[in-house]
Amino acid sequence: MSSSLNSVNTSSAGSLSGTAQRSYREPGPIVIEIEEVTKLYKMGEEIVHALRGVALTVRRNEYLAIMGPSGSGKSTMMNMLGCLDTPTSGHYHFTGKDVSLMSDDELADIRNREIGFVFQTFNLLPRSSSLQNVELPLIYAGLSPTARREKASQTLRAVGLGDRMSHKPNELSGGQRQRVAIARALVNNPSIILADEPTGNLDSKTGEEIMQLLEELYALGNTIIVVTHEEDIARHARRIVRLRDGLIESDLRQS
Amino acid sequence: MNKMSFLEIVRMALGSLGVNKLRSFLTMSGITIGVFSIIGVMTAVSALRSSIETGISFLGTNIFQFGKFPVTGGGDGSQRRRYQLRRDITLAQAMRYQQLMAGNPEVICLKAFDQEGNSQAVYNGRKTTPGLSFGGTNEHFLAANQFSIEQGRNFTTDDIELARPVILIGQGILKKLFLSESPLGKIIKIKDRTYTVIGTFAEKGTQFGKSQDDIGVVPLTRFLNDFGSERVTINIATQAPSQLAYNETIERAITAMRVVRGLKPEQENDFELYSNDSLIATFAKVADAIAAGSFVISGIALLAAGVGIMNIMLVSVTERTKEIGIRKSIGARKKNILIQFLLEAVAISLAGGVMGILLGVAGGNGLAVMLNASVIFPWNWAAIGLLVCSGIGVGFGFYPAWKAASLDPIEALRYE
Ligand SMILES: Nc1ncnc2c1ncn2[C@@H]1O[C@H](COP(=O)(O)OP(=O)(O)O)[C@@H](O)[C@H]1O
Ligand SMILES: [Mg+2]
Repeated sequence: MSSSLNSVNTSSAGSLSGTAQRSYREPGPIVIEIEEVTKLYKMGEEIVHALRGVALTVRRNEYLAIMGPSGSGKSTMMNMLGCLDTPTSGHYHFTGKDVSLMSDDELADIRNREIGFVFQTFNLLPRSSSLQNVELPLIYAGLSPTARREKASQTLRAVGLGDRMSHKPNELSGGQRQRVAIARALVNNPSIILADEPTGNLDSKTGEEIMQLLEELYALGNTIIVVTHEEDIARHARRIVRLRDGLIESDLRQS
Repeated sequence: MNKMSFLEIVRMALGSLGVNKLRSFLTMSGITIGVFSIIGVMTAVSALRSSIETGISFLGTNIFQFGKFPVTGGGDGSQRRRYQLRRDITLAQAMRYQQLMAGNPEVICLKAFDQEGNSQAVYNGRKTTPGLSFGGTNEHFLAANQFSIEQGRNFTTDDIELARPVILIGQGILKKLFLSESPLGKIIKIKDRTYTVIGTFAEKGTQFGKSQDDIGVVPLTRFLNDFGSERVTINIATQAPSQLAYNETIERAITAMRVVRGLKPEQENDFELYSNDSLIATFAKVADAIAAGSFVISGIALLAAGVGIMNIMLVSVTERTKEIGIRKSIGARKKNILIQFLLEAVAISLAGGVMGILLGVAGGNGLAVMLNASVIFPWNWAAIGLLVCSGIGVGFGFYPAWKAASLDPIEALRYE
C-alpha cells in the first residue's frame, strides 16, 4: 500500500533535507472519513464540547492543514484521527474500517503501522538515542534487530540526521528532535502522517525547515495532515480546514 | 503481527532498572534477606544431614544405648526436670544388666563422664585447656564409640576389675602434654588424681563443633572410686552381634533394663534408649524445626519484600506515565507494556534472589564447615528460591504492570 513511501527510504536517503519544488498530486482513495463526530469532556460539573459534530474526508495524497484559534478542538480532532482517542459519538472509518469496532490491540496496530504521529512536544524517550527512538515502532512491529537497525538508520539519514544516530534527545536542538520524531513517524511506512503543531516549539527558521521536510515527504507521495494556528505554516498545505468552537467553519482548497 | 521478541523486552526492562540503581538495589535487598535466611539455613542443615547420613556415626554399628537423659539433654523447663527426677543408673544396676545379657551380646560398654566440664590434664608443668571429656568406662568403649588405639593398648578386664589408675588419652591431650616423648607409662594428673597412660586414641576430628580428641578415659571402677558414685549416672551401650539380631537384642535389652530398674509391668520405662537411627532422627527433628522457623521468617521477609516491589513498581509506573503514553502512541499493545513492567518486577526480585542464594550458600556452608560437615551447593533449594522469586515478581508486579498496560494512551501522553 505504501510503495511511494518505500521510495522515500530507498531512493532519497540523505537528500530529504534540501528544498523541494511545490508539487501537486491528484488525491487518491479515501483514507479518513469522519461523520457527525462529537467529543465531550467532563470537568467535574462542567461539560466541555470540544467537538460539536464534524465531518471530514481525507484522501490519499492530500496535504491538509487544520487551523483555528486555541481551544477550537484541533488537537482533540487530531488525536481522534490518530486513533489515540475515541469520539463521544459519530463515526470514524480508517481506510474503510470502522474504528469504533476495533479492539485495543487493533487500534495499537493501526497506530503502529498506518499512522505516523508527530507531536508539538516531540515526545521522544529521553534516555534513548535517536536510533533507539526511531527503532521503537519497528520493535513493536516485530522486526528483527538487524532489519530495524537498517531501516531506522536509513530513515534518520533521510531526514538529515545520519550523524546524530547515537545522540540522546537532550543532546539535540529542537529542530533535530522534531526530525527524529518525524523519522519515527515515517519509519513504519504509514498511510498517513499526522502532525499536531509540529513547529509550535521551534523558532520560525527551524519551523520553516521542518515544513520543507514535510513538503518533500508530500512530494514523495505521503499523505499529510498538519495542525497549526499560523497562516505561514498553513500555506504549505493544499487544503485548509478551519475549526471554531468545535465546528468546521470552512474547508478550502488552495493551489 | 506485533511479535516483539522476548529478548527485546528483557533489554528494555533491565535498561530502566539501571536508571534507578539505588532504588532497585534497596528494593532488591528485601528479597535478598528473605532468600538468604532460608537458603543459609537449608544449606547448613543439608550439609550436616548429608555428612551424618554418609559418614559420621555417633555410635558404632548395631549399637544402642541406655541413659538417664535423652541425647538432646531433655529440652527445657518441666521436661528437663522430669528427666532429672529419674533415678541415676548405678554401677550395680549396670553390672546386673551385664549379667542378664551375659554371653550374647558380648560388647556392653558402660561409661560415666564428668559433668563439671572443668577437667584439665597436667604433665610435667604442661596443661591442657580445661574442658576435657573425662570419664570412666570399660574395654568396650572403643567398639561402642568408634575409637581406635594408635599407641599402647586398650583396657583389659583386669584393669576394670582391679580399678587400676590407668588412662587412655586422645590426640588433643597427647599433643598438648607430650611434645616429642612417648606418652606410654607416663603419669598424668587430672582433677588431682594421677593416672598412668597406657594408650592413645587415633585422631577423630570434631563433631558438631566439639573436638573428639580432647578426651581421657579411665576404668569406670576407678572413676567411681576417685570421684564417688553419688550423682553419677551410667550410660550403657550394647552392640548387637549382627544387623539381623539388632531388633531382637533391643527387645531383650529393654526387658533386662526394666528388671534391673525394678519396674512393675504397668510402669513406664524410666530410661532413654537411643541408637544411631534415633540420634539421626532426633537431629532431623531439630533440623526440621529450625528449617520450619526459617521458612516462617523468610516467608515474612519475602512478603514484605514483595510489598516493597509492588510499591516501587507503582511509583515507577506513575513516574513513567508519559513514557507509557509515548510507547502506546506508536503502537505498543497492552501486552507489550504489561510484560515490560512485569519483567522489571521479576528482574528486581530475581536479582535479589540470586544475591540471597549466593550469600546463603556461602553463609550456610561457612556454618557447616565450622561444624565439620562438608560443603554442598543446594541446587534444589536454589531452584526453588529462584522460582519463588519469579513468583513474587510476577505476583506483586502484576497489579502495577496491569495498571501501566491499562492506561489510556492520550491521558498518559498528557501526563506531566
Ligand atoms: N482532557 C481534557 N479534559 C477536559 N477538557 C479538555 C481536554 N482536552 C481538551 N479539552 C478542552 O477541549 C477544548 C478543545 O481543546 P483542544 O482540542 O486541545 O484545542 P486546540 O488544540 O485547538 O487548542 C478546549 O476547551 C479544552 O480546554
Ligand atoms: Mg492543540
